[in-house]
Amino acid sequence: MALVEIRDVHKSFQRDTQRIEVFTGLTLDIDDGSFTAVMGPSGSGKSTLLNLIAGLDKPTSGTVQVAGAVVSAMAPGELARWRSRHVGFVFQSFNLLPVLTAYQNVELPLLLTRLTKKERDERVRIALGVVGLEDRMHHYPRQLSGGQEQRTAIARAIVADPTLTMLDEPTGQLDARSSQEVLALLQRLNTEFKKTIIIVTHDAHAAERATTTLHLEKGDLVEKGVVAR
Amino acid sequence: MTRGRLVWANLMRHKWRTLLTTASVAVAMFLFATLRSFGTTLDSLSQFGAANRMVVRHATAIVFPLQMSYVQRLATVEGVKGVSWANWFGGWYQDPKVFFANFAVDGPSFLALYPEIVVPEEQKQEWLRDRAGAVVGVDLMEKYGWRVGQNVVLNGTIFPGEWQFTIRATYTSKTRAFDQRSFMFHYAYLDERTNHQAQPGWFYLDIANGDDAPRIAATVDGLFKNSNAPTKTMTEQAFQASWMGMFGNVRTLMNAIGLAVVFAILLVTGNAMMMSARERTREVGTLKAIGFSDGTVGLIELAEAGSVALTGTLLGVGAATLLWKNIRVAAIEQFIPGFQVAANTMWISAAIALTLTLVSGLVPALRASRMSVVAALRTVE
Repeated sequence: MALVEIRDVHKSFQRDTQRIEVFTGLTLDIDDGSFTAVMGPSGSGKSTLLNLIAGLDKPTSGTVQVAGAVVSAMAPGELARWRSRHVGFVFQSFNLLPVLTAYQNVELPLLLTRLTKKERDERVRIALGVVGLEDRMHHYPRQLSGGQEQRTAIARAIVADPTLTMLDEPTGQLDARSSQEVLALLQRLNTEFKKTIIIVTHDAHAAERATTTLHLEKGDLVEKGVVAR
Repeated sequence: MTRGRLVWANLMRHKWRTLLTTASVAVAMFLFATLRSFGTTLDSLSQFGAANRMVVRHATAIVFPLQMSYVQRLATVEGVKGVSWANWFGGWYQDPKVFFANFAVDGPSFLALYPEIVVPEEQKQEWLRDRAGAVVGVDLMEKYGWRVGQNVVLNGTIFPGEWQFTIRATYTSKTRAFDQRSFMFHYAYLDERTNHQAQPGWFYLDIANGDDAPRIAATVDGLFKNSNAPTKTMTEQAFQASWMGMFGNVRTLMNAIGLAVVFAILLVTGNAMMMSARERTREVGTLKAIGFSDGTVGLIELAEAGSVALTGTLLGVGAATLLWKNIRVAAIEQFIPGFQVAANTMWISAAIALTLTLVSGLVPALRASRMSVVAALRTVE
């Protein structure tokens, strides 16, 4: 069953006097419970696709629907609320707040919920436990390695139990060992915790862990592969 | 964690910057409160004056003397219960540059008219008995280390020569509007030393009913209208106000300097908050990506500016209030007794803090709330 439905999406940017067309009628589906890797060369529209699905950006035309909600038609306030409930986002450069500890960074999305302090504490500890950072929860980002920072970012993305977890080049700044740890974690989240994961990557190893691969080129979906597990 | 903790964490990101910005707001608000207090204290002093006291001075200016013979005629005016008189002596002690107020007063009638001046009974009797005796405010006693019974020599300016007095009494004041730094001696002594050439500078009237003040003023001034020394009679409050009016330009200047300081700090704080906000553009994007709304992100920025402005204002105005309430600085007190921060200065300071918050925080807040998530995340810091 499709969790994400993208229909005839056009997206263009204005750079100075030049108009750059990224998507010209993109249509695709992403299944619920899948681990989808979006691949393609630089400038193919991978990150833009991720931003559109996450509601961080809006298409010029067309619709983006996630779990029945038309994300592309939402007002900014509604979109922010929707994101807080349905999207966990992981960035290439981690984007942890340096003034907060790992625990506090992971707790951030829960500040937007009605959970009690105790409930928040339980959730944060579980999320940090899943990524294997219980013993680093009171460390600041500067006291963590790159791999640990990215695992903290993943914990932050999953702590509110979102519908979708999206990662933009999550291994781009990690060494090989850390990359493998992060990818194994993502695979575990998908298989064990049934999380729907969309990952944008250049990394072939990352794609190997995915159940579905989407290959974009100049804004067009040129290939969709499904791996049976 | 709370959103307040997030604001605090952001403020503590650059501790020294936050500390220095807060300190600069505190110093500016301290100066503003202090400088404004000159005006407000002068205003409150101009309100000083009992309802039952009036002052009679020369119609032209207080520097022109009246005549002693007026006493009897003033006493006969209907509604006048008592008359006292005084003269400005203008003497200096040890150093001509060192100034403190010294007056010749008619002791018994003066003390009767001013119950707010408290003199120990035994000392009072000593002073009244000694023609060359003086009664001195406790603050002045403390300043010069004087003690009761000590001889003090003042050098006359209006009445030249060395004038020796014996301190017979000290006084305290029940009100800060009447300072404790004056030196008063018997008018009779002045009269005697000047071969009875002394003339009163002004008269005090003790009136039965404050409501009669306009009628009494008209009657008194009518009595001396065609004399060599015509009078201007007014309530003690109006008399005070005419003194305080002499500070008019100083008051405006003080207020202007205070506001200029606040304006300069407003620019400094605004700059600091903008710098702080710009450094965190990508974090704004991250918070929005997590699900923080535009409004919440803007409010966080505004709260940071507000924390700095309010803390600085509380520290500055609080320090000024406590300092001027508990410490009497001689240089200020001798000109403006009862100098302290007025309640309305605190309210105005609160309004300034709010303005400071809005002006320094509104631009970063609007910028943060309006910025698109993608643009914020793309920012290179």
